[in-house]
Formats: sequence, structure tokens, C-alpha cells
Amino acid sequence: MSDATADPGKIEGPTPDDPLAQAKALDNVDAQGRMLAADGTPLKKSLARSLRIQKLRALMLIAPLLLFVLLTFVAPIADMLFRSVENQIVSDTLPRTVEALQDWDYESGEAPDEPVFDALYDDLFLAAERREHTRLGSRLNYETTGISSLFRQTGRSVEDLGDAYLDQFEELNEAWEEEVVWAELMGSDQWLEEQRAWDEESGDPLPEFQLREGVATLLPETTRSFLNFVEFIRTEDQESPLDEEPWSRVYTGLYTDLMNEDVANYSGPHAELLQEADAAVADFETQTTKEFFLSVDEDWGDPRIWGTLEAFSPNYTSGYFLNAVDMQLTPEGAGLRDEDERIYGLLFKRTMFMSLVITFSCILLGYPIAYLLANLPMRSANLLMILVLLPFWTSLLVRTSAWKVMLQQQGVINDVLVWLGLVGDANRLVMINNQFGTIVAMTHILLPFMILPMYSVMSTIPPSYVRAAKSLGATNVTAFRRVYFPQSVPGIGAGSILVFILAIGYYITPEIVGGTTGTFISNRIAYHISSSLNWGLAAALGTILLAVVLILYWAYDRIVGIDNVKLGG
Amino acid sequence: MGTSAESDAFVAFERVQKSYDGETLVVKDLNLAMPKGEFLTMLGPSGSGKTTCLMMLAGFETATHGEIKLDGKPINNIPPHKRGIGMVFQNYALFPHMTVAENLSFPLEVRGMAKSEREQKVKRALEMVQMGAFGGRRPAQLSGGQQQRIALARALVFEAELVLMDEPLGALDKQLREHMQFEIKRIADDLGITVVYVTHDQTEALTMSDRVAVFDDGRIQQLAPPDELYEAPQNSFVAQFIGENNTLEGVIEEIGGNRCTVKLDSGDVIDAMPVNVSQKGERTRVSIRPERVEFNPELGPDAHTLTAEVREFIYMGDVFRTRLSVAGHDEFIVKTRNRADQKRLSPGETIQIGWLPEDCRALDAS
Ligand SMILES: Nc1ncnc2c1ncn2[C@@H]1O[C@H](COP(=O)(O)OP(=O)(O)OP(=O)(O)O)[C@@H](O)[C@H]1O
Ligand SMILES: [Mg+2]
Repeated sequence: MSDATADPGKIEGPTPDDPLAQAKALDNVDAQGRMLAADGTPLKKSLARSLRIQKLRALMLIAPLLLFVLLTFVAPIADMLFRSVENQIVSDTLPRTVEALQDWDYESGEAPDEPVFDALYDDLFLAAERREHTRLGSRLNYETTGISSLFRQTGRSVEDLGDAYLDQFEELNEAWEEEVVWAELMGSDQWLEEQRAWDEESGDPLPEFQLREGVATLLPETTRSFLNFVEFIRTEDQESPLDEEPWSRVYTGLYTDLMNEDVANYSGPHAELLQEADAAVADFETQTTKEFFLSVDEDWGDPRIWGTLEAFSPNYTSGYFLNAVDMQLTPEGAGLRDEDERIYGLLFKRTMFMSLVITFSCILLGYPIAYLLANLPMRSANLLMILVLLPFWTSLLVRTSAWKVMLQQQGVINDVLVWLGLVGDANRLVMINNQFGTIVAMTHILLPFMILPMYSVMSTIPPSYVRAAKSLGATNVTAFRRVYFPQSVPGIGAGSILVFILAIGYYITPEIVGGTTGTFISNRIAYHISSSLNWGLAAALGTILLAVVLILYWAYDRIVGIDNVKLGG
Repeated sequence: MGTSAESDAFVAFERVQKSYDGETLVVKDLNLAMPKGEFLTMLGPSGSGKTTCLMMLAGFETATHGEIKLDGKPINNIPPHKRGIGMVFQNYALFPHMTVAENLSFPLEVRGMAKSEREQKVKRALEMVQMGAFGGRRPAQLSGGQQQRIALARALVFEAELVLMDEPLGALDKQLREHMQFEIKRIADDLGITVVYVTHDQTEALTMSDRVAVFDDGRIQQLAPPDELYEAPQNSFVAQFIGENNTLEGVIEEIGGNRCTVKLDSGDVIDAMPVNVSQKGERTRVSIRPERVEFNPELGPDAHTLTAEVREFIYMGDVFRTRLSVAGHDEFIVKTRNRADQKRLSPGETIQIGWLPEDCRALDAS
């Protein structure tokens, strides 16, 4: 009797420290009072060791799956998270421009000065040679329309500035046209020797280019652009500088150097040629880089273009996320988009709303079926179960298309309604390519995911509970409401989480039957992945979707408790 | 009691039959009358139809044929929740999402009782089963025995006059079971309620009940108070089922009054009391309780004795259990009390055994 009369707080049987105290009474305890295993090692240590071996074994068993999941699930998600903020393309393509722009202030309301244009000329020339400028143009075009064509246009014309100098140098002396002259002017004697000995057929690597001593201080700009040129033809084309006329950019460099530096004391190869040019450059027809860019496209004078460049120059950007929530990163900072450009907020809200409606429809339709499944005799229950599972064995596409056949204006349902005279032939119902169609089709498709968890919970509720309630005086309704239903709630919870999370990311069905008003955020993500190729925005949208699901999951855990979610058992 | 009392019985089964599948009868012709306040136990092997009877009484199964009456009124068409019968289920069926107090308060709530009155009754019911301090706990936080008490309290809290219990102690260990048997009996007596109790533990049936109904094959084989059931089984099934028993088979050689002689298959002749045999030459199965057998008997001069060889001697503390080989049977058991002068037999010994004719009952052979 003592167990029942005793205070409920009192714990019967051995308390946690009891066995310890007993063990201490034995002699398997060391000097510090630690328990010892049979072989004399401290118990904790030998326990940890045996647990570690167990863990290792377990790890090995799941290793293939773990690897698979890491490769196909975790890595893509990490990549997606990264892509949604990654923005190295600007600083990779226009490194000097980005650096020069730091001194410029958008608030000034004017385009930047010469040095920035000089840097842009440098960067863009190289980018155009590498054909990277169009990629950057498309990227920046997401932020400010028009940049893409601006970059394409400028890339095409960027040669023109140098070509003007090239023509004037050639007019002065035909020698400027010769590759060998340039090589002798810029390269060291040793390199020239090696380069001349190099045989293209032999397959040997091109000899490393070496600058002539002193030329870097004499002609700094020329040297820099010539080095770029040599590096480029060496790595991209496997060409020898002895066979290639330098880029027009090199002539621009030469012009700048001759205007700024004094070559009178120079005595290396082609000294006369250089000194002749030095005397002539003062009379050259010339154009600053700024004038040049403005002549190519006057948009280069628009501070907004430069503001966009500056705003997206950091390696990581919040731009995609701002885009995904209908905002925009402008030179002035983050701001809301214009009313008529906001679509993602609407899409997110619609996705949530429709997923909720679908989840509730699934609960309403699924609960009675799950109840029947759990309470019918075995044979009928099995038949019903097959009917429930049937959709799983049919292709998703077939099922969705079937709904199209059912719901369209010339479809089965409308035909029946017209035949019954409920609806006039002229005003057949519009049930597809809108929200209604999406909700109907997705409820049907997701119903099994609701029924199965509900069923597995309900089948663990013994009939004796309802019987007990009835024997205690409860009517059928009360017994259901007070006793059966509360115990089936974990099944509803599990089913709802499953259906809601599946619905919120659903793609195929809304794509086929959703029209324009019934599409989900995932359709937009798919569009950015496959059509507009704005992967960063797609990644940001996906990340937001993931966050929403996680937050909902967390909220559900706080309110209902995840322990209350059962998939059976 | 008996048929004469049937008209004023509290619970009555009249020619009740039940079939689940329309092919076999699970309950065949059940007749039973219980006066108010009786503690009746249904005892029988698994599948003999005990739960079915209980479910018909509670209203969860309908009788295929016959009538069940409660307090003189037929209840066949009354739904379970209007019958006012308390029930304790084998797995207790305590609602897991409610606390103990809410569980107890449930039957009162559905009867529309006011809150203060409910609380008072719940408190009293909890105290009755000595669980007063546990009202705020969930069933899952209770031990099996504690859950059992709560289930009992819940069946009693709305003052049902009839309480049905289907193997309520089946899940408990032996010691707790014995304790709870006593407890249930005490509460039932205190409240004066009528109890129908189902078990397949015969000790439980014998210690608790006013009367025991032994079920087999959908019929009541015998309905009698425990002592009568043990000492005067009416057929060989009851004799076998209740307590330990030695059986020997043979043919009636002579019959007259309350004595008969039986010629066993081995050729030996013994004395017995005819119970449900009536004529000479009929096959019979005689049954003798192990504790009624005597060694080296000094019975009457005309008494028959049998020669027995000791096979095994088992010391069990309070009793000695001796296994003998008698008349071709190897499993003949004799129990003797452990007294100072009690002889301890050793295997291989040959002895004479015998019994009073009235302790040896000649029953049907089936
Ligand atoms: N719902 C049912 N449908 C069909 N047959 C049933 C049903 N319930 C019980 N039976 C059958 O009826 C017979 C009697 O069952 P019942 O449950 O009454 O036995 P019991 O005496 O309570 O046995 P136990 O001691 O094992 O609980 C069994 O043969 C059983 O298979
Ligand atoms: Mg049973």
C-alpha cells in the first residue's frame, strides 16, 4: 500500500546516487573516487572507448548515405546560400575601376573624373579581349536596365581609342607596326635569344618573357599594357610576341608615356625611333579616356551607371535578397521598388495562402478517410488503402493533365454541368489556369501525404478508449470530440507539416494548371534558373523559402511540440 | 438465487446467443441471473466468450438472440452511454491526454454536473482508491497498479450500480495483483455495487467472488460459490480447470445411491461418488484432489486401495508433493502437509494409497 499513499514526488527504488554509493562500498573505485572497470581503467574512459567504437561502426554503416546526402543535398543548399550573396564578378572583371571609384562620391551628382575612366579603359580593354564584359553587363542589367547594351557597345568600340594612336605612330614611322621592333624594345636580350630559338613545332613551352632593364621606369604605362598583352597571348593563344602586333592599348600607353616621360637619355635598341616619336607626340591628335567613353556612349556620363557600379562593387551583396523582397539596392541605398514592379511579396503571400488552403482541404478530406482506414475491418481497409495509394503509382504529370481535362471549359465537369442545365453553355465555369485549378489539383495530389500519417496515428488508438468514454456516459459525438479527436491530433500535425512543406515548394502542378494567378514562388524560381538565368535571385528566393519553412517548423514546435508529431507507433 | 429468483434478478441473461460471423456461435445459450450486490466472476479459458458476454452487457456488442435485462428492463436497444454501467478495461483505457482528475471528472462532466460537485466527487473517489495526491498527473506517469486504481475510481465515480471488469489485473505482477484483488473486493463490498468480473486466473476467481461462472465453449459449465466449485465440480471440465486434479479413466462396474465402483482401464477397482454418471457400463473419468489422497490408508475394511510406486518427491516448504505411478498413470500427484511426523517418501518405494469414496468423483468421460 505504501506506494500509493506515499507522496507522489517521492521516487521509489534506487535513486541515481544510490548505486554509486553501493559501488563505492565495493573496491572497484580508485584513489580519486572514480569508478574502475574490471581491467582497472577508469570506468568513464572505458565506457567512452566502447562508445566510440560503436559510433565509428555506426558511422561506417551510414557513410554511403551520408556521402550521398552531402553531395546531392547539403552541398547544393550551401552553394545556393552562397550564390544568393556572392557578387565577385564586378571586382573580378573591373578591379582597377572598383578601386578608383572609392574616391568618387555618388552624391556629387556627376560622373567621375579621368583617373576612373583611365582605370575603366584598362579593365574594359582586358575584359573585352577575354570576352568577359558581356557577362558583367548582363549581371548589372538586373539592377539597372541598359547596362548590358552599354557594355556590349563599349566593348565593341574600346579598340578605337588605341587604334587612333596606332595610326598616328605608323604614319610617323612604319617600324611601329613591326612586332619585332616592339619585342626588341620591351624584351631583354636573353629572352629575345630564347624566343628566337623557340620552335613552335617542338611543343616546348614558350620561354618566360623578361623585360628589358630600365624600360619599366622609362615607359611605365607601355610596359604595363605590353605585359598584359604578352601574358594574354602566351596563355590564351600560345603565340610568340615576335609574331603578334601589340594591342592598340599598348599604343595608348606609349602615347601617355611619351607625353609624360623624358626619353632623351635612352640609348637602348630603337632609341632613335623612340626619340623621333617623342618629338612628334605633342602634335598628335588626342582624346582623353573620358572624352572617348562619352563619345562611344553618353550614358557613361550618367552618375546612375557609376552609382550602380559602385553599389555592386563589394564581393558580397544584399542585392539579390533585396530584389527577392521587392526592394532594390540603388546608389542611394536600399529602397522599395515601384508599386508596379513588386511581384515577389504578392507571390510569397499567395504561395503561403494557397498552401494553407491546400493543407486545410487535405485535412478535411483526409480525416474521414484515415478514420475509416483505421476502423474498418482488415479486408475493406486494405482495399481502401490501395485506393489511397493509387495516385502514388500514377505519374504526377498524368494526374495533373487529367485535371486539366476535367476542369477546362470544354472539359468533363463543365460538360456535365451544362448537360444538367445547371450552367448555361455560354457561361461555362473557368476552373483551370487559376487559383481554383491549382488548389483542386494539388489537394488531390497531396492527399495521400495527409492520409498516411493520420492513418498511422489513428491505427494506434485502441477502440477501448472510445468504448470507455461511452461506458462513462459520453454520446458518440462527445466521445469523438473529447477522446478520439485529441488523440488523433498528432497525426493531423504530422500530415499538415508534410503537406504544407511539400505544397509551399511545389512546382509542376501550378506550372501546368496555375495559369498566371495560380502560380507559386517556385515557378518564379524556376523561371530565373532556366530563362532569365539570374541564379543569384533564384538562390535568394529559394533561401527565403527555406527560411520561411524553418521558421514555420520552429513555430509549430513551440506551439504544438514536435514530439507530438507522430508518423505512427 | 436460481431460476426462481430470475424475475427479480438485477442482471439477467436469458437464452442469449452471439455469433460474430453468422457461422459459429461464440456464446451458446447463456442463462444467468445475478441479484443486486453480488460479485460474480466469469472464469474460463481464452476464447470461451467471457469478453463477448461482458461487451453485450455493456452494449458494445448486440446479442444475436435472447434478452439481457438490467433491473428487470430489457436493455438490448439502449445505447451504451445510457446504460449507466461502469467498466474497467483490461488495458485500463485511461485517456492519455487528460490528467487523472480530468479522467475522473469526465463521466461527471458529460452528465452535466456542476464544477464544485464534480471536484468533490473526484476527490472522494481518488481518496477511496488511496490516490488522493495524484490528481494532477498524466496516466503515463503512473505505475501499472496506480493506473489500475484510477481506472477503478473512474468506473465508480459516477455511482454506477453495476461495474464490469475485464481482466483488470492481468497486467500486474503477482504480489500487486493479490493486493489489488483484496482492494477491489473491499471497495465493492463497501459500496454495495454489483460486479461482473472476468478473469482466467482461477485463484483470483476463487478468492474474490460470491459466485463463479465457469465458461467453456460459449456455455456456463458451472455456476456456483467458490467452495462448491472446488469441492463439488459438476463435470470433468470444471474439475480439471479449477485447482489441481488427478484423473483416472474407467468403466462403472456397480452403481447405487451415492456410491459406485469403477473398474479402471488398468484393471484395478476403486470406490467413487457418482456425479454425472447414471448406469452400469458407462465410461467415466474419476477425479481426486491431490490433498485428499492418503498413504497406507486405514480406511474401512471394504475400501479399495491401489498400489503406487513413488517417482519423485518434491519439497515445497509448506507441502510435500509426491509424484506417483498409479494404475498406469505416471502423473498422479499427492500433496501432504509438512508436519513433523509426516513421512518423506523416496523414489522407487512402493506404497498403498486410498481415499474416502466421497472425495473421488465419477464424472463424464468427455
Ligand atoms: N470482433 C470479433 N469478431 C469476430 N470474432 C470475434 C470478435 N471478438 C471475439 N471474437 C471471437 O469470439 C470468441 C470469444 O472471444 P472472447 O473475446 O469473448 O473470448 P474471451 O473469453 O474473452 O477470451 P480471453 O480470455 O482470451 O480474453 C473467440 O473465438 C474470438 O475469436
Ligand atoms: Mg477477453
